[in-house]
Amino acid sequence: MEFMSNFPCFSLILSMCAAIVSSALSGKWARRLNTAVIAIIGMLSAGTLYLTYVTNQSYVYKMGRFSAPWGNEIRFGNLEAMMALFFSVIMLLSIWGGRKHLLAEIDGFKENLYYVLLDLLMSSLLALVYTNDLFTAYVFVEINTISACGLIMIRENGHTLEAATRYMIMSLIGSGLLLFGLCILYDITGHLLMSNIKEQVTLLVGTGEYHIPLVVAIVFISVGLAIKSALFPFHSWLPDAYGYSTVSSAAILSSLVSKGYIFLLIKVFYRVIGFEVICQSKVINVLFVFGLCGMIFGSLSAIRENDIRRMIAFSSVAQIGYIYMGFGLGTETGMVASIFHILSHAATKSMLFIAAVGLTDVSGQSKKFIDLTGAGYRNIIAGITFTVGSLSMVGVPLFSGFISKILFAQSCVSNENKMLPTLICLAISTILNAIYFMKTVLRIYTPVHTEHKKIKWKYAISYGVVCLLFIGLNILLGMCSEPVVSLIRSGISMFA
Amino acid sequence: MFGNIIGNFGQAVAVLLFVIGFANLLLQKNLIKKIIGMNFIDTGTYLFLAEKGYIAGRVAPIITGGVTDAEKYINPIPSGLVLTGIVVSVSVTALMLSLTIRLYQRYHTLDMDEISTILKKEEN
Repeated sequence: MEFMSNFPCFSLILSMCAAIVSSALSGKWARRLNTAVIAIIGMLSAGTLYLTYVTNQSYVYKMGRFSAPWGNEIRFGNLEAMMALFFSVIMLLSIWGGRKHLLAEIDGFKENLYYVLLDLLMSSLLALVYTNDLFTAYVFVEINTISACGLIMIRENGHTLEAATRYMIMSLIGSGLLLFGLCILYDITGHLLMSNIKEQVTLLVGTGEYHIPLVVAIVFISVGLAIKSALFPFHSWLPDAYGYSTVSSAAILSSLVSKGYIFLLIKVFYRVIGFEVICQSKVINVLFVFGLCGMIFGSLSAIRENDIRRMIAFSSVAQIGYIYMGFGLGTETGMVASIFHILSHAATKSMLFIAAVGLTDVSGQSKKFIDLTGAGYRNIIAGITFTVGSLSMVGVPLFSGFISKILFAQSCVSNENKMLPTLICLAISTILNAIYFMKTVLRIYTPVHTEHKKIKWKYAISYGVVCLLFIGLNILLGMCSEPVVSLIRSGISMFA
Repeated sequence: MFGNIIGNFGQAVAVLLFVIGFANLLLQKNLIKKIIGMNFIDTGTYLFLAEKGYIAGRVAPIITGGVTDAEKYINPIPSGLVLTGIVVSVSVTALMLSLTIRLYQRYHTLDMDEISTILKKEEN
């Protein structure tokens, strides 16, 4: 059992080494190495989850020889292990589902570089999930940004270059704010490890010293990470980045990259500042308002969109809004709902991207709605997957989206002031979701009599398996939500 | 109020640099100017860290003349953070510059808005 506490460290080192080795391998072998490494990381994370679940405690793991206030640490409990497991599963499925497109859309000699970027992305996500040190978190935030930018622009056309530039500019603003916030926090506390900072922050709040710098640090860190995860007014880069990059990149960016930043923000809330202090500051109200705006305006933009990939991208803006709205409620149930929505959205959004590419394949590679008419008959499995994803996004029972919506609705009841706006926006956003997703589903099941190229069997089998796994995962989250929710609750209590 | 600013002159300058860089990164249309703004943000932050880490009358934490009393030296961690940060900002700058080169080769302009207009035209 004791040996299992090494697993998070192993998975970090493994993905970083894989990135270095892959740069010297051919595309084919880089792909195999990447698949193997992510599968192993998934297993190691499952082992870690088993360890923390059975012993019901969190672990602190010393990186290097120096102990607490000086050295670097990683720390894991139920929530971290679950996130790592979930991230590796989604990443594996997204890569698998978009593999054929990857070969067609990027230059052959760049294939191994794509897997280098994926390995780096995985390692930075794991580091964001596991680290107990704020400056390490900042460094890995930048690694995450750089590899995500690479994933966008590896399919080289005008749109992806422009999207990557916009993405970088927004991200740099975000990380500039984050870094400055961290510096202020380091100045007033004198520590970089999350647990040490929290001790000092509790003291400072008790004495009322350095009140303004503390609030400024909280604001800078929250706003910086919110910008990086594409909260509503900062989402201008998102539709192009998700709409024109290769499909695996779009699935991974929407479901994992932004979630990594959000998870870091949750860790900062609980482990660095303390949830009570965050709730007393007015920052969460700002996040709440922008979250609500995102829910409505993201959906409105999605309705106006005439391109299926960009529509799904705008839907992401709305879903990120849901997550920040849950933060803004300032209650633990709201946080549980947000974390469940992170999982549910990650599972559903990557599924929708993979399904959408199946539909565009049988419609002459066109992403316009007019050409997608009847695509659900031409590629049956993609049609079913898209329908399942849409139903889940709208919030139909049986699928994961329903659970997160009901959790949000339940959690807002305990907050008198914010209950009404939350419920109204949830209702409006659900209706808007239903409008644009059901419009698409009706469109792909409208019969037409034009001939389109049939899909190859060999491709269809591997694609179909991925789709079925996605559907299974979604229904699993929707039907067996109770163990997941209790795991999230115990994970949050381990944060303290 | 003003006493504080004069007393912490270096930090005030650092924050000013940060704000200038931030405004440049957000408001400039020219990509190169945006990148310069980004470097201003980073430099401002590093100056802030270095200012905070310096204590008047102490020297850099390298043992000279056999003095091992910790009170004689400054804390090395802020300087370490600055070095790490410089590495990060160099790599990000390189990435941004290479993106700019690609965009310039394709569209022969450095203006972000113009590039967006050209892209919209291409689409229709």
